[in-house]
Amino acid sequence: MYDMSYRVVVIGGGVAGMEAAAQLAGRGCKVTVFEKEAETGGHVKNWFHLFPDRKDSREVLKYLDNKINHSNITLLTGVPVERINTSNGLLSLFAGDGKEITADAVVIATGFDLFRSEKKEEYGYGIYENVISSADLEKMFRKGEIRKHDGSKPEKIGLVHCVGSRDEKVDNLYCSKLCCVTAVKQAMEIAEYIENAKVFCFYMDMRMGGAMYEELYREAQEEYGISFIRGKVSEVAPDINNKLIVKVEDTLTGRPLKMGIDLLVLMAGMEMSEGGKKIALSAGLDTGENRFFKPMDLHYASNKSNVDGVFYAGTCTMPMNITEAISHARAAAADVMDYLDSRTN
Amino acid sequence: MEKFGFSLIKDRKIDYDVNDRSIAEYVAAREPSFRICIECGCCSAACTTGNLTKFSLREIQILIKRGENDEVRDMIRKCMLCGKCILVCPRGVNTRNVILLIQEAFRKKTENAV
Repeated sequence: MYDMSYRVVVIGGGVAGMEAAAQLAGRGCKVTVFEKEAETGGHVKNWFHLFPDRKDSREVLKYLDNKINHSNITLLTGVPVERINTSNGLLSLFAGDGKEITADAVVIATGFDLFRSEKKEEYGYGIYENVISSADLEKMFRKGEIRKHDGSKPEKIGLVHCVGSRDEKVDNLYCSKLCCVTAVKQAMEIAEYIENAKVFCFYMDMRMGGAMYEELYREAQEEYGISFIRGKVSEVAPDINNKLIVKVEDTLTGRPLKMGIDLLVLMAGMEMSEGGKKIALSAGLDTGENRFFKPMDLHYASNKSNVDGVFYAGTCTMPMNITEAISHARAAAADVMDYLDSRTN
Repeated sequence: MEKFGFSLIKDRKIDYDVNDRSIAEYVAAREPSFRICIECGCCSAACTTGNLTKFSLREIQILIKRGENDEVRDMIRKCMLCGKCILVCPRGVNTRNVILLIQEAFRKKTENAV
């Protein structure tokens, strides 16, 4: 018998891609998921605990893994999608392995890339060994120890907010939205790992606009004694004892401030993924000023693209947390079903 | 003698590691709500003293947290302890106790020095 099921391709096996695939499979679509990495899970698999409730990231992955373990889902890992051809009213996808596949609808869930901190050269990432990124710190959490490059325990730790966000010098005018709360979470974890650690967050604004974020911020101050210094770090350089000297304007006293730090963590922002850029170009998909995919409308069509049959899910459109990515993916599935049903009826 | 008009200018920089932050530590240990100030400035806006003289609790608390104590020593005595700052603080900082503790910490420091 000829299979009348809709064939949907999901590009990306991170949080949004997995959730969208599961939703569509549950509605009877035959779904093929392309994931460029060897494993699904996206950036979440590189994270240790999640804000704001400090849940182990593996719990979220377990939930998603269970959901995509579905007879309607074909998972292809290690296979990036190179381009989409939209001519002749057909959606053809060309994968990295040379395969071509056609689909009734496509969900783009290509996610984000972390900002490459070495681009902010004045912070010394990749130059000074005790300057690390927020992602590097998560690896240390997972290993269970926070160490300086020489193996010793850091006593004074600084976290720099807005690295690659709200910064015209790296062409990212937008706020990545999650780095503030990540910094607060990481500061608290550092304080737990290292007894009597002195932890400082250098911020421009504290943007704690999510459920339980502000409460976490307050807890960090009240229970963990984290210090918050308002000002964007201008430069970092080691002194003769290999301590990192941080220079910042303490904007609340209106005076420049300098401080020695043992370990400096850069809160890398989120950028449109390179894979996403390639696909956008190949299919004529609109991207915004911030380079992320541009949905048809920010209010009521945040999953719709300018190309018929192509939909967006998750952080390929803007920075989002896991909760938002999952919701966005579910909304994408609803839009896909509406589109497919309206086309056939 | 000819005067050339040269003089030494004091560095404006806050040298965090050199500064004495013991006053702030004294206050935080006895009044934990001191830690949760977010520098909104509501206390200073409500303050009668601050409207008439150079007195700002917002500024005072950040200065002692940075160990810039000299400026605070005299300023802190201007407070009339009316408590309007407590009424407006959105974080619930016990501002009056913070002021009393800062005054107490300075007094103890002076007594110990003698």
